[in-house]
Amino acid sequence: MISGAEIMVKCLEIEGVKTVFGYPGAAICPFYDFLCRSKIEHVLVREEQNAAHEASGYARAAGVPGVCVATSGPGATNLITGIATAYMDSVPLIAITGQVNQWLLGRDVFQEADITGACESFTKHSYLVKNAADLPRIFKEAFHIASTGRPGPVLIDVPTDVQKQMVASFSYPQKAQIPGYKPRTQGHAIQIRKAAEAISKAKRPLLCCGGGVVLAGARTEMIEFAEKTGIPIVSTMMGLGVVPMDSPVYLGMIGMHGHENANRAMHDADLILLCGARVGDRAVSDPQQVSDTTKIVHIDIDPAEIGKNMDVDIPIVGDIRLVLRALAAETDYTAPAEWIEHVKAEKAAFVPKGSPRDDYVEPRSFMRVLSRMMAKNAIFCADVGQNQIWAAKNFNVKEGRFLTSGGLGTMGYALPAAIGAKLAKPHRQVVCVCGDGSFQMSMCELATLKQTGADVKIILMVNERLGMVWELQTKLYDGRHTATTLTGSPDFVKLAEAYGIPATEVSSNAQAELAAKRMLESDGPFLLVCRVDPDEPTL
Amino acid sequence: MKHTLSVLVENQPGVLSKVAGLFSRRGFNIDSLAVGVTQDADISRMTIVVDGDEHIVEQVEKQLNKLIPVIKVKVLEPGMFLSSEHALIKVTCRAKQHAEIMNIAELLHASIVDVSPASLTLEITGSEDRLNTLIGLLKPYGIKEVVRSGALAIEKGASTALKQNAKA
Repeated sequence: MISGAEIMVKCLEIEGVKTVFGYPGAAICPFYDFLCRSKIEHVLVREEQNAAHEASGYARAAGVPGVCVATSGPGATNLITGIATAYMDSVPLIAITGQVNQWLLGRDVFQEADITGACESFTKHSYLVKNAADLPRIFKEAFHIASTGRPGPVLIDVPTDVQKQMVASFSYPQKAQIPGYKPRTQGHAIQIRKAAEAISKAKRPLLCCGGGVVLAGARTEMIEFAEKTGIPIVSTMMGLGVVPMDSPVYLGMIGMHGHENANRAMHDADLILLCGARVGDRAVSDPQQVSDTTKIVHIDIDPAEIGKNMDVDIPIVGDIRLVLRALAAETDYTAPAEWIEHVKAEKAAFVPKGSPRDDYVEPRSFMRVLSRMMAKNAIFCADVGQNQIWAAKNFNVKEGRFLTSGGLGTMGYALPAAIGAKLAKPHRQVVCVCGDGSFQMSMCELATLKQTGADVKIILMVNERLGMVWELQTKLYDGRHTATTLTGSPDFVKLAEAYGIPATEVSSNAQAELAAKRMLESDGPFLLVCRVDPDEPTL
Repeated sequence: MKHTLSVLVENQPGVLSKVAGLFSRRGFNIDSLAVGVTQDADISRMTIVVDGDEHIVEQVEKQLNKLIPVIKVKVLEPGMFLSSEHALIKVTCRAKQHAEIMNIAELLHASIVDVSPASLTLEITGSEDRLNTLIGLLKPYGIKEVVRSGALAIEKGASTALKQNAKA
């Protein structure tokens, strides 16, 4: 005989899970009781939302589903923002929640929450387990669903009595059998031929690379395709890091916070190949305007993304990596030299903003310096707000990764995601940047950082305000600055030191550069507080 | 424009809420939704009537297909399917009006399924138009309650959605 809780742990072991992020409570105690007998490492977070973000950072760095665990009721509801964040950025995540005993379900008993119902609109799928015998099938399906097709979060809610329920034996299914779930990975040959034909006629073609390219591991294919055809690349924020900023084929990031030359290239192109990009409103503010004049080829593994926000001429459903390979085999095209020269000249004419100063740290120029100092394959996590845009536009991701909450725009994401990423890739340099607004949403994770000993470096851009909203209020609300001043913040250096984490504060680029160098050379976690001019603009 | 979708789903608890929730959160307009089990006890069919243009119906189809328990979505081609709805209509009716109402029922192939001193209950199965006609004719008598099933639809001829998905 074997209990449901033991089955749950065995399923995780068989799936190769090495680390889970969680916070125990009464309703998940049977599971924890077996988890501690397993070799799976458990990371005790300080608030459940961070468990989901840490699992998300882990998943994105490791390329396998991240696992987070919480108890019923408030534990489960605290996971919601992390689950929704993972959903919007297509991160494979398994969220396991304890639930009250089945016979109490629906009675609003202590710590009961209908978490499968609450997460319905931002999980790829969810399960409320009614019988322990179903657990192996459900775990098999959950991992399969989370990590195939367009990845996403799957929630498994397990009542306490199911965790305690004894079943005769355990066997793990070889395959998940879900009649309605068969993601298509190979692009349709006829569609690929049509795309190749359209490319052959294009005078001003452009590749637009989204987060799907990162998820598909199609970096090499993307760059090879661009180099073979000479078609330049722009990226969305989620596509950052696929092509290094200084690559000759790369023009920059598009969108309302993007590079002007990249946006102009989108506007001027007569053919755009959207690759794993969902054409979000922050990337393309008016899709109809683009589609009226431009031929659009849209490649995505999720058919529902194609045509959702933009009219598409040639849809291709499939894995970007396979589709780009097939497309490369179909075409001998070389982009017209005139177009290449045009976009290159526009890129060369683009002058990056921000220059070093002595009274404050100038974040844009500091980001450029920082990316030169960091390891080629470093993982860089940006939070949400001005710090994110300063980083996205100026940090050159070379062979590493750029992690940020691009879809939901979740403040407080960077620190926990960086901890998760470091635990997934302990030998890679991991640095995160936060603002003083976003950092205060997850600074309790300094304790998790200390407890795990994860070597994560934190750059904290302090301007004592919610800079992006402040700017919005300046422009659109007649300068009425409501609730955007961060008074009452702690002394962040002392705060870090209270956790036993070394920290230093700097207020000029010269100091920041020196301090960053020392920080990167130091062992273990470090907090670098950078004083930024409160009036420093986002763009 | 109205579009009729035939959707095969796994017969599991919570599927209806997943489908209905998708419509509300994505802002699609459901005209009617009818659910029942198919000849395979593990599979249910939902017949969904949606109001919207071609773009909306394409999105509905794609978004429904993303739901894991959804096995197949088929947008039925206009003119190529039979559609029928069932309704129960309770009318305020004194004894001397019985004959009039029975005449109306006969005209529209409805049946009287319950009689009381103050009411008559009619049952009708047929097209949406026929149901609306009957309701319109009964209105002057005073309709106490109408219960409609929502449209059911099946393709004409031999083709079926289920056949292609029968379990291997």
